[in-house]
Amino acid sequence: MTDAQVLEPALETVRAAMPRTLRVEVGGRLDIGPSWLLRGLVADLRTAGAQVELTGREPEHLAYLDDLAARDAGTMPEPPRETLVTRLAALGESLRLRLRSWYEELVFGGMVLASAAAAWHSLKRLRVPSIVRHMYETGVQAIPVVAVIALLISIISAYIGAQQLRPFGAEIYTVDLVTIGVLRELGVLLTAIMVAGRTGSAYAAELGVMKLNDEVDALESMGLNPYEVLVLPRIVALVLVMPLLTIVANAMGLAGGALLTSYLLDLPWSQFVMRLDASIAATTLWAGLVKAPVFGLLIGLTGTLRGLQVRGSSRELGRLTTVAVVQSIFLVIFADALFAIFFLEIDF
Amino acid sequence: MAARPPVIVVHDIVTRFGTQLVHDGVGFEVRAGEIFGIVGGSGSGKSVLLKTLLGLRFPDAGSVAIEGREVTAMDDRELRDFKRRYGVTFQAGALFTSLSVAENITLPVAEALDLDEGSLARLVELRLRMVGLPLATAAKTPAQLSGGMVKRVALARALALDPSILFLDEPTAGLDPIAASEFDALVLYLRDTLHLTIVMVTHDLDTLARTCDRVAVLVDGKVIVDTFEGIVGNEHPWIRHYFHGERGRAARAGRERSDGA
Repeated sequence: MTDAQVLEPALETVRAAMPRTLRVEVGGRLDIGPSWLLRGLVADLRTAGAQVELTGREPEHLAYLDDLAARDAGTMPEPPRETLVTRLAALGESLRLRLRSWYEELVFGGMVLASAAAAWHSLKRLRVPSIVRHMYETGVQAIPVVAVIALLISIISAYIGAQQLRPFGAEIYTVDLVTIGVLRELGVLLTAIMVAGRTGSAYAAELGVMKLNDEVDALESMGLNPYEVLVLPRIVALVLVMPLLTIVANAMGLAGGALLTSYLLDLPWSQFVMRLDASIAATTLWAGLVKAPVFGLLIGLTGTLRGLQVRGSSRELGRLTTVAVVQSIFLVIFADALFAIFFLEIDF
Repeated sequence: MAARPPVIVVHDIVTRFGTQLVHDGVGFEVRAGEIFGIVGGSGSGKSVLLKTLLGLRFPDAGSVAIEGREVTAMDDRELRDFKRRYGVTFQAGALFTSLSVAENITLPVAEALDLDEGSLARLVELRLRMVGLPLATAAKTPAQLSGGMVKRVALARALALDPSILFLDEPTAGLDPIAASEFDALVLYLRDTLHLTIVMVTHDLDTLARTCDRVAVLVDGKVIVDTFEGIVGNEHPWIRHYFHGERGRAARAGRERSDGA
């Protein structure tokens, strides 16, 4: 087949020139691929009315190739040409897919609600062992990364805050900045983004591969409800685990603030704690923590939904995993904005 | 037939998984232009043996030589170039699901050589014709194909670089009997017209009976190589059980019928 590399440019030159007569002398033996290319050129020239003469040794596969070419196999598909019609068709197709996705989202929401209602009535349907396993995988195993990220971000914001506040002689307010920032927003938001990247993608990929392997159909054929077995435990686990991870992130964030202020501002830890106590209201911690299960719900729903939408190919799996992560991060931030407005209005 | 030189020489292969000894000195030769079947029970190490032949896995002891060159002694770079000399199909087809059929077939060619679009399209046409698929298949994606078509596209892709040796892993598994016998006929036709050397791992007794010149049976970590008739006459209890069960009888009857015709 490496002969093709040498032969092909020569054939293309001849094809471009379209000579009236051509003499081809075959020296050595050719593989099938290059023989086919040579045969194709000769056939094209002959139909164009040129004189083609093959001399030298007979290429060994010609009889076989003539036999192949004579068989009816239809024609090669034309590469798609872009016209108004194909563009309209593409538009319609994307609209159809969008509508189908909305429909699937509705069905998904309904099925999750229904299996949640069923679990409410009978505890057996709640699949506690499965929930515990997912809590371990999405919660316990996420502690190190969430802790480190929270610590680093709070150190960064404390450092920048202290620098900005120093000209006013108000460095002590760095403590307020860090504690309120971490407890109300940063702790829960960072946790949610980490979990969306870590667990949202894992949910989508796991369920997507199960879809591709017909495992979801297998469950259904055994009379098991995939929403009850696969979806609900994952979502419940995430709703339970998010507040716990948020507490870890809050603690590490506060520790980071204390660490930086003690180095940069020479503020002893005891004074940090006193200042912290003065700066926060009774509701500050809850304003952050109450958002955590909501974010967990959004991430869990998005991840499992996109996973179940996988069908057909590995490319689809990759696409929907990406969609799961991007959408869950977007939804988390959007929900956070709504919470901010809501808390402002009710003065929480 | 016996005078033909060996293309693949396998010498005393030993494979261990932990404490489990899978191959305990497996050795055989595959001659040019023959169809060589490998059979064995589940867990007897057929797929591992095939991977070892392909240079995808190194044996714990022993050597594999293909066309006189030791695969087991090559460095990575040499091995990569050498792999272009043979074509492989995998059990489940292993088509790239994110590429179209045409792209699947051109992938090895486009990687190895620098050809223009027109020639690549003509080569796709050739390979599809060779495996007997309608040319319209070119634009489809693997997800749109039936099981039999997947096997044929996999074969087309394996043939893309005009290999002199083909390795087929369970080429007829999962096919209906009609598609399976068409596939057998195709393999025979390719061997007869292109003089390929074909090594196939198969459980399909009909395929074995119809196509294979010689058969290697993996039992107890060893290998027994003989013609199909010779293997059928072997007294080893597992082989007797394998070939003289109900399915074995039917396949042998089929072979006798086709020999008589």
